[in-house]
Amino acid sequence: MALQPAFRFLLRHLPATISSIFPKLSIPVHRKLSILNSSSPKPISPTTQITWRAAKENKLVSDKDERFGNGTVSSAESVVNSSTIAAIVTSLCGPPAAVGIVRLSGPSAVSIVGRVFRPASKKKRRGPDWSPVSHVVEYGVVVDSHGNVIDEVLVVPMLGPKSYTREDVVELQCHGSEVCLHRVLRACLDAGARIAEPGEFTLRAFLNGRLDLSQAENVGKLISAKSVAVADSALAGIQGGFSSLVKSLRAQCIKLLTEIEARLDFDDEMPPLELNPVIDEIRGMLQEVDDALETADYDKLLQSGLQIAIVGRPNVGKSSLLNAWSKSERAIVTEIAGTTRDIVEANISVRGIPVTLLDTAGIRDTDDIVEKIGVERSEAVATSADVILMTVSATEGWTLEDEKLLERIQCNKSGSSSTPGVLVINKIDCAPSSLCDWVNTLSSSFNKHVFTSAVSGQGIPDLEAAIIELAGLNRIPTGGRKWTVNQRQCEQLVRTREAFIRLKSSIEEEIPLDFWTIDLREAALALGQISGEDISEEVLSNIFGKFCIGK
Amino acid sequence: MPCNPAVGGPAKSQLVHEVDALGGEIGKVADRCYLQKRVLNISRGPAVRALRAQTDKREYASEMKKIVESTPNLSIREAMVTDILVGKNDNVEGVCTFFGMNFYAPSVVLTTGTFMSGKIWVGKASMPAGRAGESASHGLTENLQQLGFETDRLKTGTPARVDCRTVDFSGLEPQHGDEEVNWFSYDPDYHLEREQMCCYLTRTTKSTHQLIKDNLHETPTYGGWVEAKGPRYCPSIEDKIVRFQDKESHQIFLEPEGRSVPELYVQGFSTGLPERLQLPLLRTLPGLENCSMLRPAYAVEYDYFPAHQCLPSLMTKKIEGLFFSGQINGTTGYEEAAAQGIVSGINAARHSAGKSLIVLERETSYIGTLIDDLVTKDLREPYRMLTSRSEHRLFLRSDNADNRLTPLGRDIGLIDDRRWKIYLDKKARILEEKQRLKTTRISGGDLAAEITEVSRQPVRDSSTLESLLKKPHVQYKILDKHGFGNNLLSRMDKECVEIDIKYEGFIVRQQNQLQQMVNRQHRQLPDDLDYYAMTTLSHEAREKLSKVRPRTIGQARRVGGVSPADVTALLIILESNRRRAHEERKHQMLTSIMADANQEVSESPLKETISP
Repeated sequence: MALQPAFRFLLRHLPATISSIFPKLSIPVHRKLSILNSSSPKPISPTTQITWRAAKENKLVSDKDERFGNGTVSSAESVVNSSTIAAIVTSLCGPPAAVGIVRLSGPSAVSIVGRVFRPASKKKRRGPDWSPVSHVVEYGVVVDSHGNVIDEVLVVPMLGPKSYTREDVVELQCHGSEVCLHRVLRACLDAGARIAEPGEFTLRAFLNGRLDLSQAENVGKLISAKSVAVADSALAGIQGGFSSLVKSLRAQCIKLLTEIEARLDFDDEMPPLELNPVIDEIRGMLQEVDDALETADYDKLLQSGLQIAIVGRPNVGKSSLLNAWSKSERAIVTEIAGTTRDIVEANISVRGIPVTLLDTAGIRDTDDIVEKIGVERSEAVATSADVILMTVSATEGWTLEDEKLLERIQCNKSGSSSTPGVLVINKIDCAPSSLCDWVNTLSSSFNKHVFTSAVSGQGIPDLEAAIIELAGLNRIPTGGRKWTVNQRQCEQLVRTREAFIRLKSSIEEEIPLDFWTIDLREAALALGQISGEDISEEVLSNIFGKFCIGK
Repeated sequence: MPCNPAVGGPAKSQLVHEVDALGGEIGKVADRCYLQKRVLNISRGPAVRALRAQTDKREYASEMKKIVESTPNLSIREAMVTDILVGKNDNVEGVCTFFGMNFYAPSVVLTTGTFMSGKIWVGKASMPAGRAGESASHGLTENLQQLGFETDRLKTGTPARVDCRTVDFSGLEPQHGDEEVNWFSYDPDYHLEREQMCCYLTRTTKSTHQLIKDNLHETPTYGGWVEAKGPRYCPSIEDKIVRFQDKESHQIFLEPEGRSVPELYVQGFSTGLPERLQLPLLRTLPGLENCSMLRPAYAVEYDYFPAHQCLPSLMTKKIEGLFFSGQINGTTGYEEAAAQGIVSGINAARHSAGKSLIVLERETSYIGTLIDDLVTKDLREPYRMLTSRSEHRLFLRSDNADNRLTPLGRDIGLIDDRRWKIYLDKKARILEEKQRLKTTRISGGDLAAEITEVSRQPVRDSSTLESLLKKPHVQYKILDKHGFGNNLLSRMDKECVEIDIKYEGFIVRQQNQLQQMVNRQHRQLPDDLDYYAMTTLSHEAREKLSKVRPRTIGQARRVGGVSPADVTALLIILESNRRRAHEERKHQMLTSIMADANQEVSESPLKETISP
């Protein structure tokens, strides 16, 4: 009974005490401590606002001069808040999920999403900037830098501090396919986000005061695994040709910087700099980065594979082609037109790249409800595939229906970049190829044409060669660079490339030499991050990536 | 001015402008005493454009002395200081001189130059001296060592001086000053043009190289009796010849040291050769065949105190009120000394007055960059300011030093009403002009034609003047020429306008990056961190951080031997500590509330037991 007042006291006062008094208390305590610890008055920076001539320079110097004597950084203030990070946060392994999430966190999360997101609601579209209400879901589409629609999404804005990282967080809920997610992520990166290191969201959450003490201690322990992790991260994914390329690019940047800056500091003591070799070298480096970025596409193919849709009128031998190519009896083949009603998939491997063949219902106007759905699906598949194989029969030649079908496919694709198409003239065993002169009149509609016979297997190697060429794979030099560029390296290369492109335009616009150093520095920094020479956050993020903390 | 009486040059000129913007003297005196002025790097970008002045060393010294002697409330006392008087709380109380006099002061600034245990070398011969003809100071180093300061030695040198009356200039390439003279000071009262003198260019010859190669064993470095190498940016002539064998000739500049002095400075020709070889060596240079030498080249060795022992206010960490400034911190150069001088001077005065000390952050100025490098990095050669030392140099331009620092100078009382008005007026003029250029449009005409020609870009109808100024190679002058300029603006004002408009894109981008960097790096580090206890830091980082004790994360990041991984580890430790402290306080508060409550509870029954 006697304890009751105490409990009541606690219940009444505790929440308020803890939530309000403590944070306020903590700062003065720190201040006092630091005053006690030092025998001298602390140097402080001026508290005055230094007004800059240009308004744009206004913020530069002093308004954040909370230097000495101002206590420690309060927990609400985010620490690593300089950049905005983005990543696909749902699993990409296993079968594609219905929904996948791209998450952004950082001070520009809202403005970056504003650049890629077009709300469906007209009311919301009116303002110049996207200004979301925290924790209110919006529906719309994501567009790439050219304005093409990539995916329809739900956007969940969670403005700081009421978010996982205490920064502004925006989640884009996309369709779950890997291609969709990568495209959305790429759009965000192009709009200015940086790809998140593994575990970086958790790291930010921690550094911004989100996780509890025991978790904080785990973090401390994990750090002691640092040396091991450094070695791991330095090795992971950065081996062989790629690392030496990056090293040499970086060394080149540093070399050029040295050349230029030496002139700036020791003007009269150095022979004049010859600009043409410098410009050539910069062009050369840009080319190398471009080449490396091309392999990034190859890398994506290795991971997610190619989707190839086989389309055509009924009964031109699409299913036979699938069976012949996949050396299986996946699809039912009959003489009856319209046998295939649904999409039939077969997985094959073309020169090591996973390829999914999609056999579709023959596209025609039909009254059969089931077949009608099949036709609709065929068209949908044709829209999303990486390569379309338009199959015709050599015996019948190019018919009016084929023409219509081609139009139909092309019309569905309008707006987005065109999918490469291959014209497959099947049943070549039944008709001599000399009869197929009409093929040449269609060369503008297709990237390639191939003669095949699904029955004999004739022409299948030609078909594979055509696919390889279309996917850009033959541009990868055989040997020499058997390395691949992963998403992160790709992002760094993109940054390097941006710097080089700016540099090139500086040169073309005859901007003074000093400005060249700005972008050279940036390129060197970006390259440094890939090769693990500047692995600051990388190491830690690897730790966070390897060990699941805080979730 | 014991070395070349030149002021400015890349990065150094920015220091001079900055000191002037804060209300310092070096720029004004250099403007008043110049013999020749030139702008270097003129076409290489506004951030590296640098004014360099050759000054009259005698006039400079006397002008400076005059300023010191005429400053109100400043009393002067000359003596050799041998001891620092330290109070009970490790605070400075004053100094004690060689003859046993005590002088008391709440703040003391040590600016020992090359005098502290100084020793000058000519060839193998040496004598104790601060500089030629002036004696060294002894005793202070030992005293400071006893107080726990770490000391080390540095070496620098100066070339021979020749009598200009014995030099035949007729065959030498003259180097004239600029026709349009530029100024260090933002105060137009000091912009007084005067007649300029010429510098001359000569070159080393085959016989120079031969003479040096034949006598390498007589030089300290190659003879092997001096280990310490001179600064890399100031190589001796023997170094140049040995290291760049394929170069047949090196440039040598002959620079006058005054209007009324015969001395000629032989730039690029410092040497460690003995005196008997120096005259023959000089005489191998074209134009100097019959020269007479006034003073031989010599090297000077002196004590300095690695500046990680100082705070960025330049107050020492060990002794409150004691400030180090100039070569004692391991720098070289008048401009570097002036930059530290103004900071240590300001702070010594503020310390005496019980005010808070001023810190110029790295990204605000070259002064800030200089001091941050000094207090953070492990420097093993005399530190000279270079443009490449600043990551943010696009902001740290000579044209905006006043905008960066004059308001601060005003705040601390160094900028008087007159200067402040000049500053405000200039700012307003520039702002107004930029607005005018933004809103004034032209279509066709002579101006458009000339701009098309100069920039090789078409000019659209009704283009703003601003957009014209953004085009390559278009300068404000063209607007002036066609009557679109603004006569109210000075040449400097126009330059500011031009830079702001022309490079706006770059400046904005850099500003964003800088902002990000500042957000990340200005996080404070507590003073009492025990780095040795942080097992997640590398051993080297623990050692270096304990030594430097950085103030901020950014400074920690710049300490040599601290890897980015160490910095992240440090961030994590800080955050963990903060949480732990928070938890503890919470726990304490809880227990004290509990205790209070228990007391309340236990007190009442107690009374009851007592009362009956």
